[in-house]
Amino acid sequence: MAAISREEVAHLARLSRLAVTEEELDRFAGQLDVILQSVARIGDVAADDIPPTSHSVPLTNVYRDDVPVPSLTQEEALSGAPDAYEGRFRVPQILAEED
Amino acid sequence: MSDLTKMSAAQLAKAIAAKEASAVEVATAHLDRIDAVDERVHAFLHVDREGALAAAADVDAGKRTGPLAGVPVAVKDVIATKGVPTTAASKILEGWRPPYDATIVERLRAAGTVMLGKTNMDEFAMGSSTEYSAYGPTNNPWDLGRIPGGSGGGSAAAVAAYEAPLAIGTDTGGSIRQPGAVTGTVGAKPTYGGTSRYGLIAFSSSLDTPGPCARTVEDAALLHSVIAGHDVRDSTSIPQPVPDVVGAARRGAGGDLSGVKLGVVKEFAGDGSEPGVLSAFHESLEALVKLGAEVVEVSCPHFQYALPAYYLIAPSEASSNLARFDGVRYGLRTGDDGSRSLEEVMSLTRDAGFGPEVKRRIILGTYALSSGYYDAYYGQAQKVRTLITRDFEAAWKSVDVLVSPTTPFVAFPFGSRTSDPYQMYLADLFTIPTNLYGGPAISVPCGLSEGLPVGFQVMAPTMADDRMYRVAAALESAVGTLTPPTLEATA
Repeated sequence: MAAISREEVAHLARLSRLAVTEEELDRFAGQLDVILQSVARIGDVAADDIPPTSHSVPLTNVYRDDVPVPSLTQEEALSGAPDAYEGRFRVPQILAEED
Repeated sequence: MSDLTKMSAAQLAKAIAAKEASAVEVATAHLDRIDAVDERVHAFLHVDREGALAAAADVDAGKRTGPLAGVPVAVKDVIATKGVPTTAASKILEGWRPPYDATIVERLRAAGTVMLGKTNMDEFAMGSSTEYSAYGPTNNPWDLGRIPGGSGGGSAAAVAAYEAPLAIGTDTGGSIRQPGAVTGTVGAKPTYGGTSRYGLIAFSSSLDTPGPCARTVEDAALLHSVIAGHDVRDSTSIPQPVPDVVGAARRGAGGDLSGVKLGVVKEFAGDGSEPGVLSAFHESLEALVKLGAEVVEVSCPHFQYALPAYYLIAPSEASSNLARFDGVRYGLRTGDDGSRSLEEVMSLTRDAGFGPEVKRRIILGTYALSSGYYDAYYGQAQKVRTLITRDFEAAWKSVDVLVSPTTPFVAFPFGSRTSDPYQMYLADLFTIPTNLYGGPAISVPCGLSEGLPVGFQVMAPTMADDRMYRVAAALESAVGTLTPPTLEATA
C-alpha cells in the first residue's frame, strides 16, 4: 500500500482542521508510515464475500411518543460556549469582507 | 492509612447500612487518603470534596439509599458529571462543566454512591499508559516511575492506592483491563451495549464501553450491576435484563469450576509476552484446573489481525467524533482576534487543544476514511471484524470462556514506548479482539513478575457477563488478591 508523504499529512491536517507545525509534519509522516505498514497486512485477509461489521449489536432507530419532555435550557446549552451573544453561539466571521 | 480505606466496597456498604460507620466518616477517610498520596500518584484531575461530603451527609440522613449507599467511587474524566469539571484529560475541554449527567452517573447516584472526583486518563482515552494526559501522567502505586496503564490509568491507580474502593473506567481497546492488569486491580469490560454510553465523550462509538474497576471481583460485580441495564437514550443499548453478575461472582468465590471449559487461544502463544507474565498465566491455569476446570486449546486464526483492524477502525471513528471540538459550542477557542476566519480559528483551536496522540489518530482516521483508501483500510478492517466475531462464535461451541494474559508485559517505565506508537499499541494485543466482537472480558490479578502485577483475562460470549465473573472470582479465591504498597514508605 502507498506510503504516506509529508505533503499528504499536510493535506489530511487541513481536511481535519488541524494547524500542524513543520516539526509535527515530519514526525507524523514518519510515525503514520510505520503504523500504516504495520496495519497493511489486513489487506488480503477477508474475501469479497465477507460482509463488514460496523457494530456488534444490531442498530435500531429509537422512537418514543411525540410528547414534550424537559431538555436543557438555553442558558444551560450555552453555559460552556467560548462566546455567546443574545442567547446564541457566537462564531468568528465565516465570510471575508470581499465575499 | 485508615482502616476504612482498606475495606472493600461490599464491606463498606454493609458497615454503613448497619450504622457501624457513617458515610461521612467513610468519605472523609478517602478524601484524607487522597490528600496524603495523590500528589505522588496523580490519579485525580478533580476532587469534589464538597459534593462528596454533601452526598455522604444525605446518606447518613437517610435521604439517599441504594445498594451501595455511602460507598465512594471515582469516575473517569471522559464521563459527563453535571456541574463537575469534565475534560477527557484534554486542554480543549479545560474547565468545562457539563450541564447534565451521563446515564451511568445517574445510576451511581441512584445506588447511593458518593462521587469523590474525576480520574486522570490518556487524552480522549487514546493511549495505553496515561502519558498522553494533557495534565501530566498518573504514577503506578506499585512503582511510581512506571505507567499505570491506559487509558484509564487514573481510575486503576486510585483504586490500587486506596484512594477509592471503586472507580469507573471506559474500555475501547482494553482501557479498563490493561490498567487493571498493571496495577494489580480488577477491571471489567461489560458486553458492549450492556452499559449505556449516553454522556460518554465519544472516542470510538462502536467500541467504547463503560465498566467497573475495583480491588475484588465481587466489588467489580457490585458496581457492574449498578451501572448496567437498558437505556432508551442510547440506540446501541441492549434491551435485555442484566445477568446476575453479583450472584455469579459469589458462586465463583466458592471455588468450584467443575464442568467449566476454558479455551486457550493457540494464536496468542509466541506473541512476545514476557516470561514472567507467561509463567504467572500458566500457574493460574493450573490453579483453575485444580478447581475442576478443563483447559482446551482453541484456534482463533483471525485474532492476529485484531490489532491492525482496531487501529484503523478506532481512529476513523475518532476523527469523526472529535470534529465536534471546533471552538464553537464548548471548550477552548484560540486565535479569535477578529482578523481570522472561522476555519482558521477552528484549526488554531484544535492545534492548541489537542495533544500529539489525538492529532496522530485524527490524521490516521481521516486518511483511512478518505476516497481511494476507504476500501483498502476501513472497509477491510470492518470485514476483519466479522471474521473475528466468527472466531469467537466458533470458540463458544467448544468452550465456556476464553482465557489469556491481559497484557503481554508488566508496567513499563515512563517514556519507554512513546517514541514508537506501534510499540505502545502492542499493550492492547490481547484485549482488542473482545472490543471488536462486543463480548465481555475481565482482568483479575494472578501474581507478580519482577515484583509487578500480572493480569489474567477471562473473555465470555455477549451477555454472558456472569460467566466471566464466576471464573474470575474462582481464580481470585485460588491465588488471592494482591496487596499494593501502602505508599507510606515512599513518602
